[in-house]
Amino acid sequence: MIPGPDFLGLAGTIILTTLSTAVFLLFFGSRLNRWSTLAQRIPGWVGWLAAISVGRAFFEAIVLLVRLLERPEEHRSIAVHAFDWLSVGGFKVGFDFLIDPLSVTMVLVITGVGLLIHIYSIGYMKGDPRFSRFFAYLNLFTASMLLLVLADNLLLLYVGWEAVGLCSFLLIGFWFEKPSASNAAKKAFIVNRIGDFAFLLGILLIAGTVGNLTLGQVNAQAGAMAAGTATTICLLLFAGATGKSAQIPLYIWLPDAMEGPTPVSALIHAATMVTAGVYMVARMSPLFEASGGIALTVVGYIGALTALWAALMAAAEYDIKRVLAYSTISQLGYMFLAHGVGGYSAGMFHLVTHAFFKALMFLGAGAVMHGLGGETDMREMGGLRKVMPITGWTFMMGWLAICGVIPFAGFFSKDAILATAWAQGEYVLWAIGIATAFLTAFYMSRLYFRVFEGRVKVPEGVHAHDVPWTMAVALIPLAGLALVGGFLNLPGSLTLEHFLEPVVGESTVPHGLTPWLLAGGALLVAALGIAVAGSLYLSRSGNVRRRTLVHRLGPVAVAARNKFYVDEIYGYGIVLPAKRAAAFAADVFDPKVIDGAVTGIGRLVGRTSEAIRGMQSGYVRSYAATFLIGVVIITSVLLARVGT
Amino acid sequence: MNLEQIVFGVMFVVALGGSIAMLFARNAVHAALFLVATQIALAVAFLLQGAFFVAAIQIIVYAGAIMVLFLFVIMLLGVDREESLIEPIPGQRALALSLGALLAVEILYVAWKGVDFVAGGTTANGNALTEINRDPGNVKALADALFSRYLLPFEATSVLLVVGIVGVMVMARRISLLSTAPRQSTEDIAA
Amino acid sequence: MTVSAGYYLALAGLMFTIGVVGVLIRRNAIVIFMFIELMLNAVNLAFVTFSRMHGNVDGQVLVFFVLVVAAAEVVVGLAIIALISRHRETDNVDDIHLLSR
Repeated sequence: MIPGPDFLGLAGTIILTTLSTAVFLLFFGSRLNRWSTLAQRIPGWVGWLAAISVGRAFFEAIVLLVRLLERPEEHRSIAVHAFDWLSVGGFKVGFDFLIDPLSVTMVLVITGVGLLIHIYSIGYMKGDPRFSRFFAYLNLFTASMLLLVLADNLLLLYVGWEAVGLCSFLLIGFWFEKPSASNAAKKAFIVNRIGDFAFLLGILLIAGTVGNLTLGQVNAQAGAMAAGTATTICLLLFAGATGKSAQIPLYIWLPDAMEGPTPVSALIHAATMVTAGVYMVARMSPLFEASGGIALTVVGYIGALTALWAALMAAAEYDIKRVLAYSTISQLGYMFLAHGVGGYSAGMFHLVTHAFFKALMFLGAGAVMHGLGGETDMREMGGLRKVMPITGWTFMMGWLAICGVIPFAGFFSKDAILATAWAQGEYVLWAIGIATAFLTAFYMSRLYFRVFEGRVKVPEGVHAHDVPWTMAVALIPLAGLALVGGFLNLPGSLTLEHFLEPVVGESTVPHGLTPWLLAGGALLVAALGIAVAGSLYLSRSGNVRRRTLVHRLGPVAVAARNKFYVDEIYGYGIVLPAKRAAAFAADVFDPKVIDGAVTGIGRLVGRTSEAIRGMQSGYVRSYAATFLIGVVIITSVLLARVGT
Repeated sequence: MNLEQIVFGVMFVVALGGSIAMLFARNAVHAALFLVATQIALAVAFLLQGAFFVAAIQIIVYAGAIMVLFLFVIMLLGVDREESLIEPIPGQRALALSLGALLAVEILYVAWKGVDFVAGGTTANGNALTEINRDPGNVKALADALFSRYLLPFEATSVLLVVGIVGVMVMARRISLLSTAPRQSTEDIAA
Repeated sequence: MTVSAGYYLALAGLMFTIGVVGVLIRRNAIVIFMFIELMLNAVNLAFVTFSRMHGNVDGQVLVFFVLVVAAAEVVVGLAIIALISRHRETDNVDDIHLLSR
């Protein structure tokens, strides 16, 4: 054990800062406004307090990173023990934190992006009647997410996992007066529960097999597990990840989750919570590797198919936030594709860059909504870059990054994933990936062109305005990160990859001319996608071409626009039978069986009483006889108890 | 077999025989007389066990005063009534006899287990009572206990007796009230 | 005192049981009362026997109290019986079952 900085203190402070702020705001946020004139004099103090607490956590995270980098590479995994949590016989679960390159990377992303989104929210949520509750939830989410990534055992991770799910539910349904928002919150929660249940089963199976839930020990003993067990565990864990990270078949909640406030979509449903599944798979990578190919193949193909599927739907969507939601699903699919081919560091790299540019684009979309009075339909917008320059220019950075234009962040991370897939010989996955890259470039360009380029078009009666400074200070740094985020892991130096290597292992990279060709191909595809979108949405004859294209595609286009009817299929296949079963339970089982049992007992008592009533004869001597029976019984009992 | 055992035997037969005869006496007066016999036999049992004063009280108060009260009431209500032998409540007799037998067995079992039937009377404690009867004397010893340790319960019994007397007086008064007063009161209400 | 206390206790137990049975099977209220007296007497006998077994007079003192209670009870009880039989022309307890249904 190397003596050194107080890692437990650092990890604890990071979580407790945000958690305590959340609790304080929950109880006193709005009350202080009523009680204290000082609080009333500082508008938005709640938001600033929340932002400062996340800022403090971000600062601590940087300290943590520095302290970690001070140590030699092989000593960069530090497990710290706060206290014993559960101790059941030989089964022990501690309240332990794991500080290693992977968790520190996540902490930096969460607190860094979280800080910017907090500041943005001060402007965005201004005037909302539940202003302080929003920040309490946001801080609670940050604390839960930090707990999730810092946890050293699966049970603690699961606590964070459920807590972020709860915060997601609370924030999606933040404007619960809207039925669509409360329905979306319920949908997200229920769909997530399906995944969480599988995840919990996986954890229990691990507890039963390994007898320990500590991440290091589970991964270390993965090799000793039976292949079938390991595969089952991995598939269960991945099922949990498909819920939280919105993959096929459980992705359906994420588009609806856009009912929440836009900063929430940026923080939870783009940058952090939905990446929990990606993080978890990377975290358990030794287990996935040890389980033998099946689980990883499933991960890779589910990821790839989700990426393609969601991209198709994104291309047909008109709601600006929903396009971004499908895009998020698609990009998350990319990350799982990377994990599936063993490119964990590539997946994590994409997670980080995606957090930058997707958060940026969500915040940009929020800025557009803010400027246009809540409008989300892309058909009602146009040429907004001239009206809202800050939003337009920063959004452009995000657009270029996600399309994979060199030297923006997305280019490097997407290229890393595709290169890894190629190097592993997974040409099918590579092909799906490149097809998705084309679609991504297409639909993002479609969004960008429609909203920000062309003739100025705003909804009627709306005075479009650019963002206030609190929102701008969040957009600009994120735009910068979208531009330079890729330099974290330049093909020559591979900084992030080397940083993460002790945790997730080395990934395979192609050599020689191949990487250049691949990168060139990806660039070409991106350019093609942008060009197609440009020809459809920027040129004058675009309208005509669009109509012919939709006509040619025919039913496919209609299906894509209707989200491929997946919600309907689930509705008829799963929800309706469940509702029927519930109706049966409520209308038949409950009144007949349960109620029947209750009234039956009542009737039984009545009948018995009727029968016994004869005993109440009024004859004193009968009562005396009963008395005597009691005396004899009591005497007998006493005798039996005293014994001989 | 000495004199005491002979006296005990006679006492036993009279007490138990009197009790059993009470069960079968159809006339209440006969039952009362059997009870008197039993109580006198019990007074003998008290004498045999050195409780001289209690034996005297037993005869004077119980066999004398209380039983006279019983006979008085019987006379008041009519001597010539006799109980019929038909039991109107089904199963009452069988139940009473079987439960009674069970209770007797249990009590006898307790006595059998708790007391040495052979040497029970000749223990040191038995002799201690003889000593007490000789030195302060039975009455004096009783008075000592009654007016010192048992003073409070003794005073309570006086309260009980007063309550009893008052209660009986109230009930006796209500008889006259019932015979005359109600009619007057209903007439008052009607008027 | 050569007769064992056990015999006295046995006699007391038997008399008590006879009292119980008598209460249950006799119908004349006054006779039932006599059986209650019999039970009290049986208990008195047991008290006197215990007094002898323990070598002190406490048991005999208790007999006093039982006696007082019995006297009070008899006075009140007989008054009630006299009242009832005045009122309802009977001393049979089975004729008095106003508590039924």
